Amino acid sequence: MTLKKIVKQVGALGVACSMALGALSAQAEETIKVGVLHSLSGTMAISETTLKDTMLMLIEEQNKKGGLLGKQLEPVVVDPASNWPLFAERTRELLEQHGVDAIFGCWTSVSRKSVLPVVEELNGILFYPVQYEGEESSRNVFYTGAAPNQQAIPAVDYLKDEVGVERWVLAGTDYVYPRTTNRILEAYLKANGVAEEDIMINYTPFGHADWQNIVAEIKRFGSAGKKTAVVSTINGDANVPFYRELGNQGVSAEDIPVVAFSVGEEELSGIDTAPLVGHMAAWNYFMSEETPENEAFIKAWHDYIGDTKRVTNDPMEAHYIGFNMWVKAVEAAGTTDTDKVIDAMVGVEVPNLTGGTSKMLPNHHITKPVLIGEIQDDGQFLTVSRTEELAPGDAWSDYLEGSKDLISDWTAPISCGNYNTQTKSCVGATAE
Amino acid sequence: MLTQRLLLSDRGGMLVLGLVLLTTIIVPILNLAVPTDSPLYVSNFTVGLLGKFLCFALLALSVDLIWGYAGILSLGHGAFFSLGGYAMGMYLMRQIGDRGVYGHPELMDFMVVLNWESLPWYWQGFDMFWFAMLMVLLVPGLLALVFGWLAFRSRVTGVYFAIITQALTYALMLAFFRNEMGFGGNNGLNDFKEILGFDLAAKTTRVGLFVASSIALILGYMACRYIVTSRMGRVIIAIRDAESRTRFSGYQVESYKLWLFVFSAMLAAVAGALYVPQVGIINPGEFSPLNSIEMVVWVATGGRGTLFGAIVGAFSVNYAKTFFTTFSPETWLFILGGLFVLVTLLLPKGIVGLFDRFSRKGDKQ
Amino acid sequence: MNSICRLTPRHAVQQWLTRLLLLCVCSLPLHASAQEAEPAPAQPTFDELVSQLATGNLRQRAATVEQLATHQDERLADILNALVAGDLLASKDKPPVIAIRSGDQLTNALDGSDLTGAAGLRRIPVNNSLRTQLRGMVAQLNLTHPNSDKRYDAVQRFIRDGVDGETAALLRERQPTEGSGRVSDAIDAALALFDLQTGDRDQRMAAIDTLSGSLEQEARNALRSVAENDEDAELRSAAAKAIESIQGRIEFYRFIENVFFGLSLGSILLLAAIGLAITFGVMGVINMAHGELIMIGAYTTWGIQVLFPDLIEWSLLIAIPAAFLITALVGIAIERGVIRFLYGRPLETLLATFGLSLVLQQAVRTLFSPLNRSVTSPEWISGTLSINPVLSITYTRLYILLFGLAVFFALLLVMKRTTLGLKVRAVSQNRAMARAVGVRSNWIDALTFGLGSGIAGVAGVALSQITNVGPNLGQAYIIDSFMVVVFGGVGNLWGTLVSAMSLGLINNFLEPWAGAMLAKVLVLIMLILFIQKKPKGLFPQKGRAAAD
Repeated sequence: MTLKKIVKQVGALGVACSMALGALSAQAEETIKVGVLHSLSGTMAISETTLKDTMLMLIEEQNKKGGLLGKQLEPVVVDPASNWPLFAERTRELLEQHGVDAIFGCWTSVSRKSVLPVVEELNGILFYPVQYEGEESSRNVFYTGAAPNQQAIPAVDYLKDEVGVERWVLAGTDYVYPRTTNRILEAYLKANGVAEEDIMINYTPFGHADWQNIVAEIKRFGSAGKKTAVVSTINGDANVPFYRELGNQGVSAEDIPVVAFSVGEEELSGIDTAPLVGHMAAWNYFMSEETPENEAFIKAWHDYIGDTKRVTNDPMEAHYIGFNMWVKAVEAAGTTDTDKVIDAMVGVEVPNLTGGTSKMLPNHHITKPVLIGEIQDDGQFLTVSRTEELAPGDAWSDYLEGSKDLISDWTAPISCGNYNTQTKSCVGATAE
Repeated sequence: MLTQRLLLSDRGGMLVLGLVLLTTIIVPILNLAVPTDSPLYVSNFTVGLLGKFLCFALLALSVDLIWGYAGILSLGHGAFFSLGGYAMGMYLMRQIGDRGVYGHPELMDFMVVLNWESLPWYWQGFDMFWFAMLMVLLVPGLLALVFGWLAFRSRVTGVYFAIITQALTYALMLAFFRNEMGFGGNNGLNDFKEILGFDLAAKTTRVGLFVASSIALILGYMACRYIVTSRMGRVIIAIRDAESRTRFSGYQVESYKLWLFVFSAMLAAVAGALYVPQVGIINPGEFSPLNSIEMVVWVATGGRGTLFGAIVGAFSVNYAKTFFTTFSPETWLFILGGLFVLVTLLLPKGIVGLFDRFSRKGDKQ
Repeated sequence: MNSICRLTPRHAVQQWLTRLLLLCVCSLPLHASAQEAEPAPAQPTFDELVSQLATGNLRQRAATVEQLATHQDERLADILNALVAGDLLASKDKPPVIAIRSGDQLTNALDGSDLTGAAGLRRIPVNNSLRTQLRGMVAQLNLTHPNSDKRYDAVQRFIRDGVDGETAALLRERQPTEGSGRVSDAIDAALALFDLQTGDRDQRMAAIDTLSGSLEQEARNALRSVAENDEDAELRSAAAKAIESIQGRIEFYRFIENVFFGLSLGSILLLAAIGLAITFGVMGVINMAHGELIMIGAYTTWGIQVLFPDLIEWSLLIAIPAAFLITALVGIAIERGVIRFLYGRPLETLLATFGLSLVLQQAVRTLFSPLNRSVTSPEWISGTLSINPVLSITYTRLYILLFGLAVFFALLLVMKRTTLGLKVRAVSQNRAMARAVGVRSNWIDALTFGLGSGIAGVAGVALSQITNVGPNLGQAYIIDSFMVVVFGGVGNLWGTLVSAMSLGLINNFLEPWAGAMLAKVLVLIMLILFIQKKPKGLFPQKGRAAAD
């Protein structure tokens, strides 16, 4: 056999493979395809795999109910492997090769930023289920997680008014969500009369494991005679060593409570919660909420995953709300055509899992209740405070210099993601 | 004479280059001129994917040049690749101008969020394409020069060199993750709009970038081939096989190694610069030491010390990765990991070594 | 924008009172019509109140606690202590059975009967505000507690909450009978704090004198406010002097603390790297799967805890040999299956083991899910050794430091004093000669690699106590481990020890002023420059063994 022959054969194999690929994407024209874009390997798999399973469960349930517009839904799962350029590539694959009608996906801000231009270019729809820093608005993206005003600010209000906190530690992982959130909180606290020296800001790298110094510093900062709290935007893996160090150095929740925005039931399921009892988290959903919707959801989840020990969490609820909203909008529009669905989305109302009804706003954010819970030793939250009304998500923070005049409104006549209310014009990149 | 040296004596290389050239001609035609519903149509997705592979192939080439020929294993080539990417990214960011979300005429969006007053000094000049391109070559080149000079002069070799290059890229990753650095932190640089006035979302721009990557790969290959077949190339191979003996024969071993290292770093940087506009994002994750190891794996899989083997390796590993992450997300790491083990155990000369073995058998018959 | 429901104790009490009032008003006509002789709205008895704790929401619970405090009942202290610690359980019956848990034992809170083994008991939830309320009450009750730690905590609680006349009286009453020196000192400090605010001039002078020996933050705050605001100049200067002397001591203790932090970080680096010092340093195998071996060790700890849920206290001690065996076996399998074919080609082993590390990671993900596993810390490893108010050392860190050193010296002993060690060194220095004198070099290779891997597994047991146990655990330590070994000098165990400890210390002293992120970058840059200066590390091997 000669080299050339082998090369030819390998080439033929490649062609066969790509044809198989094409054939797969061409088959079954009568289904509606839903893209699921969550990392199943790499560092983010720990959080995102659950969301993939949630989506598959929701799609399966919808199919049992007879599908959508008389067609069955078909999930298309791809693995962007926690690699940011790969997120963009996979999105293009979902939209171009598979022709999906909606994508549910992303977790980190950077993955969303990577996907954003592709979704806009190919006019797709993305549902983003995680709490984020705001300061973004796209016609093609629906933000079902919390904006800072639906999580961070109410949490700080609670600490300020109910716990009587006067000194603040803003501790976060060094990336865009904590940076932005902490800037917003700093401005908010200063506007509320907190002095510069009563705010300590600290950033740590991803996966930071050695918290001895920082916890010791927090302890010193907190012993100045004023009630002190830590507002934590520490991300993912760094939380376990952080809480362990707090517990070990004897910082209890009564002395210096920590309120976290990235620690939910699922993160707690991987931590020995005994030293965490009493520390807090602010979310829009807790598994411990006792509503019929939530109990049904938890039961469905346990049945689907086949493990009654698995927990539910806030981003899962966000996907639940987002998916139901999308279903409703498609039914209202009578088609899966992107433009029509985007128009039909605004104003759609679906029940959330905490007993309220969430609504899609013109800025593509939704209304959510804000819950503040204290960690219990079973890894669940005890709700200590909740907003009476649902808080509307705000794309552009009112507390940042650059964005205080901006609003987002994707309905006519404004139809703009960053509309300046002072100059009455659409800033920067104009929407199509 | 030169053609003889560069091309004719290199059968495998000719074949691979021929394939690359063929793709460069056919893919744009099938993408631009064929209607989208035709079975022959090549989608934008495929163009993007191939473009990315071409950049990776160029990167693999740069790794093979120093590892395969000079025996210097760098586990930090991702650093040069990313620095080239960042230089290009900075140019693309400056092109956004006042079309950012805050409409600021000069500052990037992430700088507005951090409340920066003015553009940092190191962002100056990147609005000019020529300056940015110069930086694509100069920054990684200088880093390689300083780093290589220090390392080779004190005779840091083998495993030690591999590990300090790993430390280098790790340190750069951590540094670029810091938001104070002014490179956008973890989000990196993204949401690019246009390059040289061409809309990056346009089909033709994509094809243009694809062709540019392809040409860069072909030229890069020629240059590497020129170096390894020159007198210098022979000295370099001598250094790989018996460093002390070469030194005692009167050759300035350090400077040979140094210049090759710098050239290789620049080649990697060019790959990075071409990669960024095609994937639309550059972030500190590219500096990750794991990425750099992966590059070496491409070369090992393809066949070390052959140049065209690096191209074959980059294409095949990345194709396998794309294929398996779509069709079997849960098992692709098993397959990829298993592949690395099997290749090193069973195919010490990589895929092209396998072909060589077959073709030699064939010749004998 | 968002009005938040209020759940503070104050509000709770108000609400409770309103409710009580309503209840009285509503029940009046009933009683009137029934013409009963029973006294109208009876004060709930102690037992009823305790039962009430189990029902209702947090607000009602806070009110119930408030009421309980008015009862003089000897069971009260135990019940409140249990409630605040989360050890008060209740059944769903009506009226509920209330039980106090201590360890595995359950006792009925009201009649003291043994309930051990009873099912269906759930913890009565408490939140921070309720817990704070309880702690204050408990402190008063605990002042006479037989356990001196409880008494000390009680006095500390008074100091933190501020000492008023009433508590000062309580403390003065207690002081003469107090037997523990530590508690007695704390009472002195608390009383001095009280005197500093309220006493006459002499008393205040004496108080400043007392407080100048105290490292309590509250003492410093009180002194500072005197030094800054008091009208009496002499008092001001006395207070300032007292602060100065305290400050000097604090600086000293802080330095000690920093050194400890540095050594503790160093001990973690040491544990992570020491297995590599064997496989990489002695054998020259670049084992990229080293981190995954650490991960397997950590998962073993978790597995032991899942298999023997009753032996949590012993789980770490069981896990150490178990992890050693399991990872050593995995290591031997890797050596026999892959690495032995690649000796003499270090860069190829790097690639093959990198592939293995991917496989192992994904295997863990498939077997145990990508989620982190929760590893419980046994009681004896939790908590702090409080030397004084500004210097406390956490037990976890202390044990890990000691453990790291123990592993190091054990390994040193194996390498220097046993036949195995002798053979290992012989093979690594001159394989051909070692074979010639009858050493089975294949066998030794496998054992050496197994030893290095086993130690990685043991490191995993220690790491499970401070960090995540998940599929990514290994990746976080692999680069640091290589740096430590290279910095210390390949093939030199002492070098590894010195390098781990010095990297830990450097990192810790840089961190406060450079920030965690920059500190790490600076350490790496220093390392790179150092290797250029001394390519063979801190302690290069000398002589023939050093030849490549």
